[in-house]
Amino acid sequence: MSARTGVLTEGRELRIVGFLCNWCSYGGADTAGVARFEQPTDLRIIRVPCSGRIDPLFIMRALVSGADGVLVSGCHPRDCHYAEGNYYARRRLELLKQFLPITGIDPQRFEYTWVSASEGARWQDVVTKFTNRIHDLGPAPRMQGGSGYDELCLKQIEEGVKQGAACPCHKERAL
Amino acid sequence: MRIGVFVCHCGSNIAATVDCPSVAEAAKLFPDVVFATDTMYACSEPGQDGIIQAIKEHRLDGCVVASCSPRMHEPTFRRALERAGLNRYMLEMANIREHVSWIGKNKELNTGKATELVRIAAEKLRLNTPLFANQFDVTKRVLVIGGGVAGIQAALDCADAGIQVIMVERETSIGGKMAKLDKTFPTVDCSSCILGPKMVDVAQHPNITLYAASEVEEISGYVGNFDVKVRRKATYVNWASCTGCGLCMEKCPSKKSHDAFNEGVATTTAINIPFPQAIPKKAAINPEFCMKLQKGKCGVCAKVCPTKCIDFEQQDTIVSEKVGAIVAATGYDLFDWTVYGQYGAGRYPDVVTSLQYERMMNASGPTSGHIQRPSDGREPKRVVFIQCVGSRDKSVNRPYCSGFCCMYTAKQAVLTKDHIPDSDSYVFYMDIRSPGKGYDEFTRRAQEQYGVQYVRGRVSMVYPKGDVLVVRGADTLAGTQVEVEADLVVLAVGVEASKGAAHLAEKLRISYDQYGFFMESHPKLKPVETNTAGVYLAGCSQGPKDIPTSVGQGSAAAAKVLTLFAKDKLESDPQVSSVNQNRCVGCLKCTMTCPFGAIKDVKDRAGNTKAEVIETVCQGCGICTVTCPHGAIQLQHFTDNQILAEVNALCQPELEF
Repeated sequence: MSARTGVLTEGRELRIVGFLCNWCSYGGADTAGVARFEQPTDLRIIRVPCSGRIDPLFIMRALVSGADGVLVSGCHPRDCHYAEGNYYARRRLELLKQFLPITGIDPQRFEYTWVSASEGARWQDVVTKFTNRIHDLGPAPRMQGGSGYDELCLKQIEEGVKQGAACPCHKERAL
Repeated sequence: MRIGVFVCHCGSNIAATVDCPSVAEAAKLFPDVVFATDTMYACSEPGQDGIIQAIKEHRLDGCVVASCSPRMHEPTFRRALERAGLNRYMLEMANIREHVSWIGKNKELNTGKATELVRIAAEKLRLNTPLFANQFDVTKRVLVIGGGVAGIQAALDCADAGIQVIMVERETSIGGKMAKLDKTFPTVDCSSCILGPKMVDVAQHPNITLYAASEVEEISGYVGNFDVKVRRKATYVNWASCTGCGLCMEKCPSKKSHDAFNEGVATTTAINIPFPQAIPKKAAINPEFCMKLQKGKCGVCAKVCPTKCIDFEQQDTIVSEKVGAIVAATGYDLFDWTVYGQYGAGRYPDVVTSLQYERMMNASGPTSGHIQRPSDGREPKRVVFIQCVGSRDKSVNRPYCSGFCCMYTAKQAVLTKDHIPDSDSYVFYMDIRSPGKGYDEFTRRAQEQYGVQYVRGRVSMVYPKGDVLVVRGADTLAGTQVEVEADLVVLAVGVEASKGAAHLAEKLRISYDQYGFFMESHPKLKPVETNTAGVYLAGCSQGPKDIPTSVGQGSAAAAKVLTLFAKDKLESDPQVSSVNQNRCVGCLKCTMTCPFGAIKDVKDRAGNTKAEVIETVCQGCGICTVTCPHGAIQLQHFTDNQILAEVNALCQPELEF
């Protein structure tokens, strides 16, 4: 394992999903490969035509179903192959990042960045740093099936109902 | 579905760090995979035949090829599938070379990663559907941006083939940097004698429309159908009636105008024709120095002009052109040499750049070809050339070699001897790079026949002593410090991307590297193509290169344009969006987000508004797919379900190795 540039968590890989636009970042990752820039192996890349094609729900799906980290990369702003796809991506992804804590997911597990097709060295740097960050965070807590309320919350609701209060979500109506 | 998986060894490129047979073995367990094998070179003829044979033998519906980047060989394998009778879009590639074998050395981890990449490719392929291309018309006109030698060559080749050419040049004359040169290496023939006739051809060719003093303002559209807006900058001279007689230049009282063509070696008049062979030979006013435009008084040119073509009220105008292809040949600019304070450029008048020196030697230059020191007009007896000023220097962020400075320095040293037979020349160099036909012989001739002293080492400083300059540097071959007293110091200034190149790249939607040079589609196999269909490169816009290579690239770009125009109809990429009319609620958010105006609103039979994609206009970005609140509009080949299948294949607990 000594050949790895990243840090291993208990000697094993973590699950990192990458969404890369075809024209810039996928090309940048190719450029890094052609230049033999060594990178941690955890990342699995899904190729999409444009960062504007990335639905934030893809990222949610990955994080909810067990990804330890999600990395999105597109063309630098102003340099989009489709003129403005990355502007849409930037707004959507920033919103998602703000929204992640509400869902109980650590926003550190998601990152978006811009890498052009010529920036092989930058891609190596992005992958290495992000992978190291995810290894520092460790494996993501696994989502459990159930009602969606965690145990503590359920207990509070039960207590409240016992004391004559309505379920918090129906409070308004009960009053 | 019956899927076949082919894992390529790529010789040892992949096989050295990925256990290809075991990847193929693991792939056999994936859903719908009925056949999996490893192959030495999937892209070779036997490799492709193997795929075709397997498709027929195992009645495959689709293939996963795990090999290099799809940006490299996707077209190759798509053609192979077509030869086997499958639809070309029933192929998926797993990039196990650039993204696996070349970036990690751990065979166990690489093998696991490669297997997973094959898995996600197979999962996506299960949802692929055959797609069929549409056809659309091509506008058989080409836009050439930049009127240097590369652009001129591209324009003439296209025009001779009967294609309408629009040439846009930023300066008031075409010719570019080559027009400023005195002689060219290694033949030492006159630059303007070989370029001049070509410039005249551009002006006279019936198929070429030349917009000088113009810049590309806006580009929209796509291959075959670009809409270009060109800004024709105000020259304050009505070019339709200007005859280029030059009377205005003679009478203009503002004689201290910056002379860009002469690299600032001399001054010119506010209204000027940059050089005698200028194409188009039309006068233009530099508003910064024109007294009429600055202070409202003068107007001498308007009085003397025999055709009354001076127009002080002239404004920029925008012209629109429709073209089918674009050649970007924007050339280069010189690095800002004044950052080398130790060489004294900008402070000592007798330290000049190579291009300034070229103008000083040129018979049509300000000194009529007599080499004179800018400070006192004396003929220099000792000239020192300093190479690699802004080349191969990480400290100024120019680590690349500018390629042709070694050669022009040798040429200038030879010409110095020709002009001033009793002069000595010294060249401080790092390495002599002369890899071209007759090039190395030429640098040898400079040393052996013309007695040019080559000193291997960097110069640490240039300082004045009396009326001469002392050049202090190292002689690394002798291992000593040297000091040379020079009458004139010439800096071989390196090349950088043309000013505004990055901005133009953004308009063209092509990539550029960290120095602003445009990126070719493939460094070896597609040197003049870009990743944007219909946009081609020529000359120094792609990287430093000498005249023969620039001309070669100009012709190559023209050949690519002609290949594109050889067909009357182009095939559109069927990876475009498509609307499920049953799910569409007619909110038309997609029409608002589409950057190409490719979605229109239609009424269905019940009169409800629905979105509809114009397939030949859609470029397949997929922004609309994410925008649609109902998932009604889906980008074919990259549908929500296909991408989610890839995510699901990756993110499930039992897949952990």
